[in-house]
Amino acid sequence: MSAEPTILAPVVAERPASRRRIFGRLLRNPSVAIGGFVLVVMTLIGLLAPVLGTLDPTAINPSTRNKVPGFERTIRADDGSTSVFKHRMGTDSLGRDVYSRVVYGARVSLMIAVTVALASVAIGLVIGLVAGYIRWLDGPIMRVMDGLMAIPGILLAIAVVSLFRAGLAAVVIAIIVPEIPRVVRLVRSIVLSVREEPYVEAAIMAGTRVPALMARHILPNTVAPLIVQGTFIAASAILVEAILSFLGIGIPPETPSWGNIMAEGRNLFRVFPHNILYPGIFLGLTVLAVNMLGDGLRDTLDPKMADR
Amino acid sequence: MFGYILRRLLSAIPVLVIVAVLVFLMLRFTPGDPAAVIAGDNASSEQIALIRNRLGLDQPVLTQFTIWAGNLLTGNLGESFFFKKTIAELIASRIEPTLSLAFATILIAVVVAIPLGVLAAYRHGSWIDRIVMGFSVLGFSVPVFVIGYLMIYVFAITLGWFPVQGYQPLSQGFGGYVQRLVLPSLTLSVIYIALIARMTRASVLEVLNEDYIRTARAKGQVERKILFRHALKNAAVPIVTVVGIGIALLIGGVVVTESVFAIPGLGRLTVDAVLARDYPTIQAVILLFSGVYVGINLLIDLAYSLFDPRIRY
Repeated sequence: MSAEPTILAPVVAERPASRRRIFGRLLRNPSVAIGGFVLVVMTLIGLLAPVLGTLDPTAINPSTRNKVPGFERTIRADDGSTSVFKHRMGTDSLGRDVYSRVVYGARVSLMIAVTVALASVAIGLVIGLVAGYIRWLDGPIMRVMDGLMAIPGILLAIAVVSLFRAGLAAVVIAIIVPEIPRVVRLVRSIVLSVREEPYVEAAIMAGTRVPALMARHILPNTVAPLIVQGTFIAASAILVEAILSFLGIGIPPETPSWGNIMAEGRNLFRVFPHNILYPGIFLGLTVLAVNMLGDGLRDTLDPKMADR
Repeated sequence: MFGYILRRLLSAIPVLVIVAVLVFLMLRFTPGDPAAVIAGDNASSEQIALIRNRLGLDQPVLTQFTIWAGNLLTGNLGESFFFKKTIAELIASRIEPTLSLAFATILIAVVVAIPLGVLAAYRHGSWIDRIVMGFSVLGFSVPVFVIGYLMIYVFAITLGWFPVQGYQPLSQGFGGYVQRLVLPSLTLSVIYIALIARMTRASVLEVLNEDYIRTARAKGQVERKILFRHALKNAAVPIVTVVGIGIALLIGGVVVTESVFAIPGLGRLTVDAVLARDYPTIQAVILLFSGVYVGINLLIDLAYSLFDPRIRY
């Protein structure tokens, strides 16, 4: 750390103040505030699922199949006492409580959103840095990325899913693969423009080694755009998971996800639309919140991108 | 000019070759033996060996690729194991519904989205602008199939204006054809409208600050002509580009929409092929869709250089 004290010192001294300022500005942005609030609520719903008046989301009950929202069922406990459980969102064709499944489904959707966003940003960042910095690898890497981007995203995800046994891991990989090229392009373009900057040239002249150069001068420039990009990836991940599950090639029905609750409700949609309606509302609201958060972050952190 | 067009056409070839290689490699990366997957659980080892031989899986990878690529170039897409037909026949029998759906969607999207985007830019900051932008964020946030089921519920089940599901070929009468196409194409156009309206707004907004717009106003040109002749024309390049990029969204949406509305098109074929693990069909359909996507964007690129005198390479 002592290699370039004169260059580092002012930057370090300024950081805490500017960070606090950015955070305050973020919270004052209405999109960030509203989107963030909805996401906090959804996360709490997912975390607190067991205590939110839910039943076992996987418990099949033949006597309560296809009940409309509001149906009341009497549950008899082992000691003979009875209690009444109200199926707020009705039940599905296996008698499972839709409300419980929707609440537990928040876990899968949010987990997929975070995992996919972090993984595709991390992988894309590494590949993008390599492509942008190592000249002879740039061509080959970018041609492969062009090829991947020429395959429409959902089709690519469907193709990847078809290679694996259905399950959470397959779905996550299938959603990550089409997102990577977009991150790589972004990172590469930042690296290419930053490496022409006088301060980077000066650092190179001063003999800074590549790892230090990356960490100190190039990586910081990618942080804001990647946070924004990662947010939009999270939104699209939730949607793609729902689409894959809905098509019957996503998360297996034992784990409730908003997508597979709706897939289950497809056949009897004409009579019992609630199986699609309720998870659809939760899903739409969550993706909307993530998108709003992304728009707000972009406007605040990355004004250059704001009008695109 | 001719040289540019030729160079641009040639530059699309490596991309398509890479797509072909990626799609080919995917089958090789399948965990386990694709022949065993295709043969099913109850197959004997002789049957698996037979399928392996028919697929050419017993030969070196490079030989396999050469044979496969050679077949592709001569138009032989191979044979589907699940549907027991050649893939070319399968695609030919499924293409009409998909093309109809795609064209209807693009038509609706362009006709609705561009005026909306222009209006939002013109009334920048007003409630119209807010509604258009709000709709656009919402359009990106609700999955296609939820929109589809909402449409079915409202317009087909409750109001009874349209049939619930299904497709009727054009050859069986125009009325029924259009009637069954309205809901699916409206459904699919939502996300596309969101995309195009947003880009139109941003692009027109930028142009409206230009000097020539002020000049047009100063000489007393009516606002409608300023917007649609001066502004929209100059804002056209990014808008047309986003229409092209949106084809990828459209293709993804086709797969889902056809499943929701039980339309026997290429999208439905893709899902059926994946569910049946029919790898030759999956490969062919992905190649076809990617080729169409790359081709359309290439045409759009070329169109600029022909129609926009500012763009010369």
